[in-house]
Amino acid sequence: MTWQHMVDEFRTWARVNSPWVVHFNTGSCNGCDIEILATLTPRYDAERFGVKLEGSPRHADVLICTGPVTRQARDRLLRVYEQMPEPKFVIAVGSCAISGGVFQGCYNVIGHIDEVIPVDVYIPGCPPRPEAILDGVVKLLSHLKDPVLETMQEAG
Amino acid sequence: MDTTVPQRFVVPIGPQHPALKEPGHFEFTVDGEQVTGASVRLGYAHRGIEKATEGRNWVQNLYLLERICGICSHVHATAYCLGVEKLAGVTAPPRAQAIRLLVAELERIHSHLLWLGVAAHEAGFDTLFMYSWRDRETVMDILEALTGNRVNYSANLLGGVKFDLTPELTDQIYAGLELLEERTHQYVDVVTSDATLLQRTRGVGVTTREQAEELGLVGPTARASGVERDIRAEAPYAAYSDFPVKVVTATAGDLEARFVVRLQELFEAYRLIRAVLEKLPPGDLQARMPRKIKPAETISRVEAPRGELFYFIKSNGTDQPERIKVRTPTLCNLASVCVLAIGSQLADVPMILAGVDPCFSCNDRMVTVYSGDTDHTQWTWKQLRQYGIDYYRR
Repeated sequence: MTWQHMVDEFRTWARVNSPWVVHFNTGSCNGCDIEILATLTPRYDAERFGVKLEGSPRHADVLICTGPVTRQARDRLLRVYEQMPEPKFVIAVGSCAISGGVFQGCYNVIGHIDEVIPVDVYIPGCPPRPEAILDGVVKLLSHLKDPVLETMQEAG
Repeated sequence: MDTTVPQRFVVPIGPQHPALKEPGHFEFTVDGEQVTGASVRLGYAHRGIEKATEGRNWVQNLYLLERICGICSHVHATAYCLGVEKLAGVTAPPRAQAIRLLVAELERIHSHLLWLGVAAHEAGFDTLFMYSWRDRETVMDILEALTGNRVNYSANLLGGVKFDLTPELTDQIYAGLELLEERTHQYVDVVTSDATLLQRTRGVGVTTREQAEELGLVGPTARASGVERDIRAEAPYAAYSDFPVKVVTATAGDLEARFVVRLQELFEAYRLIRAVLEKLPPGDLQARMPRKIKPAETISRVEAPRGELFYFIKSNGTDQPERIKVRTPTLCNLASVCVLAIGSQLADVPMILAGVDPCFSCNDRMVTVYSGDTDHTQWTWKQLRQYGIDYYRR
């Protein structure tokens, strides 16, 4: 086992056990935002997976986005994404973040999140239940732990 | 360095900021710790819903307007339904009106408990945040059992409601209310006696009655300053004329009074829900609605958890509206943040902001600029239009 390999293993272990998330609302109706907050509170308790809601994008590993991307929020979303250190992951929460949802065709809505930044996990729902958000986070973590195994499981 | 000259230092907050779950941009000019100027920039969550309603039919708009705000979705749908029913000359059956009231009060409980948690979080009192959100799950369970969704319940239909109460559900609501009532007594005790929290709330952000009326505050924010203004009591809609509301007010006008008013409103909501469950009128759930509505216009007002919600609806004889205008409570209250922030400590600003219970997704419809150094800036329609063209040209 090389030195580099050991360092990488350690990094992955640390990342999987304590992902710090930053939340950015790109024009959502609030429904998804309150469900994300509910995910962190005692009934659902995302902190048992080491998830911590972090204020600054510079300290965060995972960006949780809600809502369709509005024209005003687009540049800010890009800036928040670019401020995050590598490697970074994006979770799109809610129908609007995935497809624009009910706001498709509104004049100030550009579209969905992955038209602006790459997305790793999509969580559907209007809004998704906290259990669904937890499931999305856990899927991302197990993917980080072992990308190959995860791909094989998905393929059946 | 010459220290006698006051330094102008601008602290920008947002649009992405840990204290704000939603995008809004604030700039506070500070002299040391003291705020000397405040300005707000909104519009990050502006999606153009009012315009989008003109391209959808009456039924489709119900689901779009519900998603103006995820926290108070039911009141938006209620205001819209009441307005459209008035235009069409249809009255929803009494049982439907009572269920509308029931869901609206359940929503008020969820919204006020949510606010209690967020405001406590801004004060650095995360224990209260976790407790109040844990108890909020009780009312979320009730809403889910009643309507099938935790948020955006979609209980309203044009001309009535979708969901009926069953005996099991009634029992669940009674049990939930009992638990919540007991917990709310504890919260009232905490916010009026916890020394640490009181240092952040008592005497902070004091709004006098005159200020509140001058700034046009609405909802619990105004009622905490002694302004007795509540649409449920002044112009009863749905079933509020059968189940009258006792308006809760306080006189202090500071943040503590806002905590107390919102918590006392919870007791009022528990009482109303129990009254509705005891005397639920029998009958149908929905009246028949026409597909097209003759040209007319109307207004519709309801009391959202944050204050007065106002809808203007104009029909043109087709199955689509000609114009829908929404006025939400947050914009009325937000002006007070900029006024109250001036002269206060920078550390109190997030608390003052949380004190009005801001909801930016409801709110992002126009740009207001207020600066402590100069007068109010007003834009004419022509200037605003030119600004928009220049902004999006690149």
